[in-house]
Amino acid sequence: MVLYNLPFIAAGLLMAFGIAAMLLRRNLIKMIMGLSLVEAGVNLLLVSLGYRAGGIAPIFTNAPRDLMVMPTVQAMTLTNIVIGIATTALLLSFVMVIYRRYGSAEADVVRRLRG
Amino acid sequence: MIVPSLLLQHAPALLLAVPMLGAFATPLLGRLGSGIRNAWAVLAMLCTLLIAVVLATEVLATGTIVYAFGAAAPHLSVPLDSGGIPIRIIFTVDAMSAFMALFASIVGFAVLLYSLKSQSRNSGQDGYYALLLLLTVGILGMVCTGDLFNFFVFLEINSLAGAALVAYRVDKGVAVEAGLKYAVLSTLGGLLVLFAIALLYGQYDALNIAMIASRMQFTLLDKVALVMLVVALAMKAGAVPMHFWTPDAYSMAPSAVTAFLVVASQASLYGIFRVVFSLYGLALDCLTVGWVLIILGVLSMFVGVTMAIPQKDVKRLMAYHAVSQTGYMLLGVGVGVAVLGNQDLLTAYGRIAMEGGIFHIINHAMYKGLLFLTAGAIFYRTGTRNLNKLGGLGHSMKWTMVFFMIGALAIAGIPPFNGFASKLMIYESVFLFNPLLSIIAMVVSILTLASFVKVFHSIFMGPKLPEYADVREVPAPMLIGMGILALFVILFGIFPQQVVDLLITPAAAALIDQGGYIASILGGA
Repeated sequence: MVLYNLPFIAAGLLMAFGIAAMLLRRNLIKMIMGLSLVEAGVNLLLVSLGYRAGGIAPIFTNAPRDLMVMPTVQAMTLTNIVIGIATTALLLSFVMVIYRRYGSAEADVVRRLRG
Repeated sequence: MIVPSLLLQHAPALLLAVPMLGAFATPLLGRLGSGIRNAWAVLAMLCTLLIAVVLATEVLATGTIVYAFGAAAPHLSVPLDSGGIPIRIIFTVDAMSAFMALFASIVGFAVLLYSLKSQSRNSGQDGYYALLLLLTVGILGMVCTGDLFNFFVFLEINSLAGAALVAYRVDKGVAVEAGLKYAVLSTLGGLLVLFAIALLYGQYDALNIAMIASRMQFTLLDKVALVMLVVALAMKAGAVPMHFWTPDAYSMAPSAVTAFLVVASQASLYGIFRVVFSLYGLALDCLTVGWVLIILGVLSMFVGVTMAIPQKDVKRLMAYHAVSQTGYMLLGVGVGVAVLGNQDLLTAYGRIAMEGGIFHIINHAMYKGLLFLTAGAIFYRTGTRNLNKLGGLGHSMKWTMVFFMIGALAIAGIPPFNGFASKLMIYESVFLFNPLLSIIAMVVSILTLASFVKVFHSIFMGPKLPEYADVREVPAPMLIGMGILALFVILFGIFPQQVVDLLITPAAAALIDQGGYIASILGGA
């Protein structure tokens, strides 16, 4: 039972680590790494949802109908990976601009907006 | 029929395809010259607006439109050989979606006209127009889709385009800081939404909202999913206590963008309503969920307005007012949710409260958009947003002053402007539900009025200041952009009943009627 649920536990742990990193780390790059960990956790959850014991890759022409793993969640994961790349790229470029202007990427320094 | 039937048939797809094509072609056309690019962006937005009008007319005349992408015929949501399960991405455009799409494209068009002049001095305009059109795609997609995963994808398009636009005017890095904050929070919110979708998919093997709704069991996992969806979307909508990004993002973005970000936030608000009414519906513990929305609403109203009063930056002040006004919508619709299970109370005041909340969405988009645009006009001419430095502009910027007055009176709920119409509906119906809530709402309105009287006084009144001696009125495209919104503010204020009958009542009815929503996809009743 524990073995069967292992992917779900791992997904939850990944997300928890990611959120903890976002809250506890003061460096903007590390916060973005935390965000990527959360994303990896969600992706792992999605893929594990579609798994079935003994299933094979869902290629419709070759696979016997009843033995495939679920293809929908894999498509969703793929989409989320692509979205994640775009988000991470945008966030990192923001950090680059901030570093250039402020001379630092520490969250304690990057605090000109207040009130 | 004037509208070709092919256009009519594919209107839901075109509503997204046109601005998306517009967005991706904009940087290419930008190589030919800025005039051609601007004309192209205006054309794309105008076509989107026309399609939204056609779609809304059709939905209001014939009822919910279903559009299955890639099906033999667009209305075939459930293919014959699928065993009664809707496959493919399906758009479900009911009266509520049509209403949101309609006003989002009106504001989008006004904002685009305004941008032609207000952004003309900035670099990187190719990207600006492309992102503005992409943000339109995100908003329209969120309100039209009937598929949960598709909703997530459009939510991400909305967040990314919005964050990039917030950071657009780098402004010594401060705008980028606001953009970073917005992007990190929206992405985390988006991932929470996806996590909730995964929980739902794991249980019900479906992504279609109607399909999940018809199988809804309201297990523990569903409750977890509900909490995640509401928290993430309330954060994107800028409700207290997850509002901290709003003043930063709203004040640092170019004013035209801020006016449109208000609509983007309301698309998330729509997401909450869609989840609560159509996805969960009567399976919910309506009273609890209703009260959660009401408390979120009251907190937003009160905290927003009290934070707004001491602000010195005019756009930051308006941003806190935006948080406060979001509270009214949550309050109105929350009362509707709280009495959802009880038919008598729903007829007595629940429907009116919901209609008030939904009416306030469109009114808020109009007058708050107008106010942000006037703030942008003032910044365009004076280069400052600091209330202590501004003064005496009433002598030189008469039109801007008039537009500001219209917006300020509307947000404070003074007749005959549109804010009064929707607030009155909320006051009356909420008073029947719980008098205390209604009184809080009125007090917040009075504080709003006080705050805007102060702003009006410090910007426009007083003698002409020497440093603003050569300030002139803003150029015509900016005035036209503001004028469109001001016109709607006045029209909706003078003829509220007609607007409510035409747009709002069908939208509220569509939200309440979960059975109808499910039947439009799955067929039968």
